[in-house]
Parts: sequence; structure tokens; C-alpha cells
Amino acid sequence: MRAPPSCPPAPSLKVKGRTLARVVTRPCLARAAFAFLLVLAMAAHARAMEPSERLADPRLEARAEAIGATLRCLVCQNESIEQSNASLAHDIRILLRQLLVQGDTNAQARQAIVARYGEFVLLKPPLRPATYVLWFAPAAMLVLGFAGIVLWLRRRATAIAGAAPLSPQEQSRLDTMLREADR
Amino acid sequence: MRRALFLVPLALFLVLAGYFALALRPGYDPQMLPSAMIDKEAPHFDLAGLNGKRLALDALKGNPVLINFFASWCVPCRQEQPVLMRLATREHVPLYGIDYKDNPANAAKLLAQLGDPYRRVGLDPDGHVGLNFGVYGVPETYVLDATGHIRKRFVGPLTAEEVDKQLLPLLKALNKP
Repeated sequence: MRAPPSCPPAPSLKVKGRTLARVVTRPCLARAAFAFLLVLAMAAHARAMEPSERLADPRLEARAEAIGATLRCLVCQNESIEQSNASLAHDIRILLRQLLVQGDTNAQARQAIVARYGEFVLLKPPLRPATYVLWFAPAAMLVLGFAGIVLWLRRRATAIAGAAPLSPQEQSRLDTMLREADR
Repeated sequence: MRRALFLVPLALFLVLAGYFALALRPGYDPQMLPSAMIDKEAPHFDLAGLNGKRLALDALKGNPVLINFFASWCVPCRQEQPVLMRLATREHVPLYGIDYKDNPANAAKLLAQLGDPYRRVGLDPDGHVGLNFGVYGVPETYVLDATGHIRKRFVGPLTAEEVDKQLLPLLKALNKP
């Protein structure tokens, strides 16, 4: 198969007749990157949901999917119930849809599931005093790290600036040593 | 001050080591989740029974009871069966089973094979009672007090150690007043 004009065959780097490396041209790289991102994007939308679970009302279904994406499947623990194939995830999807059909608000439906499984089902933990460490520790560590670097740089700068210049004797000794080293 | 700076990596190491020790301590299972239902009223249920006798929450109130979610397709349930048999025959604990997402004929076969520790077995073929209890895998065992409030949950197969150290003392305390 011939490559389309946007992606010419890669020229190669040759030294003494041997191919060292193929040069990936820019359009090719862009195309590869685009394909990679496309695959990633598809993975993000992968759903485990079966067609029979879908609600007839597209607006309710959209709400259910939005809520479901924020709920953790307790069997696999790092997938949302929308993504997981576990039968428990299926059960919670059905329950969620039943609650919405009954007329629950988003918050009520979420709360009904939190009441059964605890706040662990929320993929995004709520901001409360108990979770402050979780939310703020990374930023705090970053700030501390930068503060440490600034402190260290400042101290080094003053140490260099504060050093006394060489006396004439020291200078001449240094010159002799350097000359001997050169010889 | 300079000296103290050299101790920072050591302090960091000790903190990390402390966290690792905490997470790796024997008997700690990071997959185990605390139940959100502790001290809440058990969700209402009234299920068709395996032998025609219904299993209803209201009929269980008055005494502390154990509710065990099991299924014939569940391998760890077979593992805990001897412990359940001991609870039922030697400790005379009122133990009730809920057959979770299962075919009743298979459950009957299982109990005929391994022994039946349950006073009654309720059928929960679509798992909605399990969902209301917050069950996320079988087996799970719940301790209900006389008023029908959930006092404790055991996730996974009950071990002899859990029974002796946690379950029996708790039942004793619940039976006292």
C-alpha cells in the first residue's frame, strides 16, 4: 500500500552506507500522535452498559450516565459503574436509573447510593475536614519544595557574595600552583 | 541548624516506613471497606424462602441475629461453611441465610451436600436485598441487634478467629441487656 502524500516515506540517516536511523518527518509524527489520541479518546468513552439498561428518555439517560461516571464500582474499585462489567456495577446502574425515573434529583439519587455503600463510592472525594490532607497535601508539598529551593539558592548566593577577595599573597600562591599544574 | 538539616532524609524515611508498616501489618486488607450501614436500621425485606418458609426482617426482631449472604456459585462460601455449621450447632447462634443471585435448586443442593446451618433461607434472585444492604460480594455476614439495626459487617468468609475474637463477644454483649 502506498503512503498518502501527507506522509512521505521516511528518509534515512546514512553513514558509510549503513542506515543509522530513519527520520520521522513532521506530518508523519502528527498523524501518529493523532491516531494515538483517537485511541485514547475512544478508551475514555468505553462503556460496559448493555443496550437493555438504557432509559427510553434520552435526558434521563444522560443524567444517569453523568452520575454513574462519578460512582466507583466497588468490585473493581478503579472503574466507574458506567465502565465496569461487574454485575454489582450493573445492579447499581439499574438502581440509579430506577431512582431517576421515580423523580429523584441527581443529588438525591447519588445520596441514596452513598447511604448504602459509603462515601468510598464517590470517585471524587468530597471536600471535608477529614479529606483536607488528601486535597491539599500535594499543593502544600509543592510549595514547601519551592520554598526549600529558594532558601537554598539564597543562602548559596550570600555565601558566594560574602566570601572575602584573595589577598596578594594568596593570589600569587594560587598563580604558582596553577602554573605548576600546567607544566 | 545545619546538623538538623541532615536529619531531614532520616525523618522522611521514618515517616514513610511508618506508613508502610501500617499498610502491611498482618490482618489488614486494603480492599476491605467499612460499611456505611453500621448502626443504621437494616433495610426492610420479606423474601420467599427456600423451604417455603418466608424470611422477613420484622419476624427476626426481638433477638440479635446473624444474616449471611451466600450463593451456591460462590467458592469462598464453601470455605466458611464449617465455621457457620459450628456457629449453628455448637454456639446455637440464630443464623439466617440470604441466597444471593442464585438458582434455588443449586442452593438446596449445596446445603444438602455441606450441611444447612441456617434457621431459614430467603431467596434474593435479583440481588436487590443485597444491594440495599450494601453487599458488594458474597459471602458477607451482618450482625443485627434486637431492634433490627446493623451492628457489624464481616466481608468475605468468616474465619474461626473472627468468630472467637469479634463475633461471639459482640453477640454476648448484644444479648446482655
